[in-house]
Amino acid sequence: MSDATIDPVTQPAPKRSSLHQTDARTRKRNAAEKRFKAYGICAIAVGIFFLVVLAVSIIRSGLPAFTQTVVSVEFTMTQDQFDAAEGELFKTKAYSAFFNNALVETLKEKGLEVESDAKAFERILGKTGGTLREFYRANPDELGKEVDFELSASSRVDGYMNGRLTRDNMEDSRFLEAADLDIVDAMITAGIIKETFNWNFITGADSGVDNPGGAGIGASVVGSFFMMLVVLCLSLPIGVAASIYLEEFAPQNKFTDLIEVNISNLAAVPSIVFGILGLAVFIQFMHLPQSAPLVGGLVLTLMTLPTIIISTRASLKAVPPSIRDAALGLGASRMQAVFHHVLPLAMPGILTGTIIGLAQALGETAPLLLIGMVGFVARGYPEGFISGFTDPNSAMPAQIYTWAARADVGFYEKAWGGIIILLIFLLTMNILAVILRRRFERRW
Amino acid sequence: MPLSWLVIIVLAVSAVGYYLGRSRALAAAGGNSRDLHSLPSYYGANVLMKIIVPAFGVMVIWLLAQPLIIDRSVASMIPPSEIDEGASIGLVMAEVNRTAEGIRNAVAEGTMSREMAEDGRAEFVDFTQRLKDAGQIVTSNLSATIVRAAQRTNEMVAAGNMYMTALVLLIAAAGLGWGVKEAKPLFRARNVVEQGIRALLIGAASIAILTTIGIVFSLAFNTVEFFRLYNAWDFLFGVEWAPSFSGRGGSSSLGVIPLLWGTFYISIVALAVAIPVGLFAAIYLSEYASPKVRAFAKPMLEILAGIPTIVYGLFALLTVGPLLVEIFGEGGWLGVNWQGGGRAVMTAGIVMGIMLIPFVSSLSDDIINAVPQSMRDGSYGIGATQSETIRQVVIPAALPGIVGAILLAASRAIGETMIVVLGAGAAARLSLNPFEAMTTVTAKIVSQLTGDSDFASPEALVAFALGMTLFILTLCLNVIALVIVRKYREQYD
Repeated sequence: MSDATIDPVTQPAPKRSSLHQTDARTRKRNAAEKRFKAYGICAIAVGIFFLVVLAVSIIRSGLPAFTQTVVSVEFTMTQDQFDAAEGELFKTKAYSAFFNNALVETLKEKGLEVESDAKAFERILGKTGGTLREFYRANPDELGKEVDFELSASSRVDGYMNGRLTRDNMEDSRFLEAADLDIVDAMITAGIIKETFNWNFITGADSGVDNPGGAGIGASVVGSFFMMLVVLCLSLPIGVAASIYLEEFAPQNKFTDLIEVNISNLAAVPSIVFGILGLAVFIQFMHLPQSAPLVGGLVLTLMTLPTIIISTRASLKAVPPSIRDAALGLGASRMQAVFHHVLPLAMPGILTGTIIGLAQALGETAPLLLIGMVGFVARGYPEGFISGFTDPNSAMPAQIYTWAARADVGFYEKAWGGIIILLIFLLTMNILAVILRRRFERRW
Repeated sequence: MPLSWLVIIVLAVSAVGYYLGRSRALAAAGGNSRDLHSLPSYYGANVLMKIIVPAFGVMVIWLLAQPLIIDRSVASMIPPSEIDEGASIGLVMAEVNRTAEGIRNAVAEGTMSREMAEDGRAEFVDFTQRLKDAGQIVTSNLSATIVRAAQRTNEMVAAGNMYMTALVLLIAAAGLGWGVKEAKPLFRARNVVEQGIRALLIGAASIAILTTIGIVFSLAFNTVEFFRLYNAWDFLFGVEWAPSFSGRGGSSSLGVIPLLWGTFYISIVALAVAIPVGLFAAIYLSEYASPKVRAFAKPMLEILAGIPTIVYGLFALLTVGPLLVEIFGEGGWLGVNWQGGGRAVMTAGIVMGIMLIPFVSSLSDDIINAVPQSMRDGSYGIGATQSETIRQVVIPAALPGIVGAILLAASRAIGETMIVVLGAGAAARLSLNPFEAMTTVTAKIVSQLTGDSDFASPEALVAFALGMTLFILTLCLNVIALVIVRKYREQYD
């Protein structure tokens, strides 16, 4: 297309315009430019907005899990009352009655009238009788003295205290009735009900399906810990060995290609498929115990291996060839050059990659669902070190899922709280990785 | 002898072997290590290797094979009449193994004497009662056959353990002898040890292949088993998903089409969120952003990729779901009644889209950065604005790579489990309404396999067929994506 073929007559006469005056077309193009840039800024803003919403909803919904509502009452039980209660057919009920009277008295002293309704008190405080009876049977010399009891309130009252439940949105149920809130309000005015930090949530074990207040994440943290121990002890040596082979020794042949293709594919296989593998191979075929951290660890090891291999290879590759050449020149074998010189230099990078792989494994849930770590009520800690690997236990993400799947809304709060704990662990691990990288990374 | 003792003994023998090998080689060279071919420690390591590798190898193989052989031989003891209607030999064998373990525990606790545990003619009622007292039995009535089979299992386990111990110790001793005998100055210990280490490295690298083989076999075997019980055609093209756990199959319809539809629908919604946001974010970060903005925004977006999926699942279930109901539900802000419950395609799709943003953005970012600067300069040189350059030069040049990135994100979306389990619902539907609950392949794998330890029914086995479908789908996407990305990289290298 040369100029000669174009008829000069049909060419529009060039418009006379000044560079100082932007014409319509330039304005349009500049506007398009601005719009396009704005789209980009919007996209980033949307991404960060989602992150903020996520963070806010986690913190807002999760923090209540760390507090619990307790009612503290000074209560004196005389020897006569104790004997009378022990003589009754329903012993704990008798204890409750004494306690409720004391509670009503306490409120009356502060000028607040409440009706003494045993059922209502039970809905607010749970079964107090059992706790009291246990205490006095264990410490008979406390009889006749004034004892300061701190009893935890039910999860619904907890919800009322931290605003999850209001008078408007509540429905009367066997758990709590609107009239009960009057008593709670009276207790608030009297100052005997207060919020304390819920240590049980961090250290305790899971509770039954009807007791959200008593549920704790401690046992599943221990389960996760044992699982991560398995992952660390297996994936680090295997991953490093595989990377050393592929990076330093592997000849260019079909077998090496096969391994490479497999590793890059495994890195993208959905995690649930690893769960199926674990179920079929470790449980169905090898008869390893279900729900055991050992099996979970094995499955997660297979899952994290590709991640660790990829990052380890990158850090081995970053060690300059001159190091190897120098070692070989001094008479070291290739094996010695790698193990004595290359590997130590690559170690910070390898450790960083391993920590990031572990963090990924720590939050992984789907494979754990299939090997039976969900629905299992982890009621206690493992008894010893070995049983920590083989006894059924839960893991943090599995525990969170179990809570989220339960019907009682009180458990949702626990699930969010569990997520805060999980994210604290992940954050710590990632910060550790960043520090390692900053501290020891060497630019060649 | 417990297993841990055997392991400790073998380790002790190998430590002795190391010391012996090293000192013997040194002694043979008259204490002058320069007369040896290798460093003295290599002679020790040679002995150590010759003890540990065969001994532990045999041990592991034995431990894997023993239960299989015992199971097979004990299973032949159980007459077909013993197997209840609706049960399988697998269930009976599970019962036998539980009982066998119960007997072992009862003996260990002392509630049952060793003689009684082994007595083939032990009085049966008393036997069961004692097991119950020891707290070892859950089922109420054990049949005599099961007790006898359990006793036989225990006998064989005891005998097997004894043989294994003897064999392993023998091998360890032989290895010790062999290694020590080799420890002579002219023996090339380093070469041998390094060959061994090399084999170990190759073994570690092959685990990737073994894992893939394991995945393929565990899926394939159970899928074939499933297709024996259920028509493959009905599975692949059935439009109804209605498993019934009551009978032994027959009444269940297990068509995969509704699940695939749910999977694709949710993935499409997710990609509709993730692609525009991720792509524009990548363009802005690589073309416009100042280094400062980039250093802040890129890690912020990547945090989204580091958050565990269970967190997104809970976010979908408890935050996004109720929020969408408030907007699109009955009496909502829009005044329409489209969405009934919090669990819906939209809920899961949007949250999954958020999760995928960093995938799309960081992969595309790398790819856009790989477009040579000369192409941009050429475009600026003929007067194009920055956005025109990006739209007409950079993006077309990067397009194959971006498509690869999107395919990888799609494969993620299809394989994602926790978000759909918590956010998408459980009802399998073929519907176009994005505000309805639907379910996916992954969600159904979870629901068919959790809490069920019997893998004989088609309702449980179908999960493996679903897993196979998922594996093949994601594998295809990954392979295509990897090929495209690799080809693209080569283009500008």
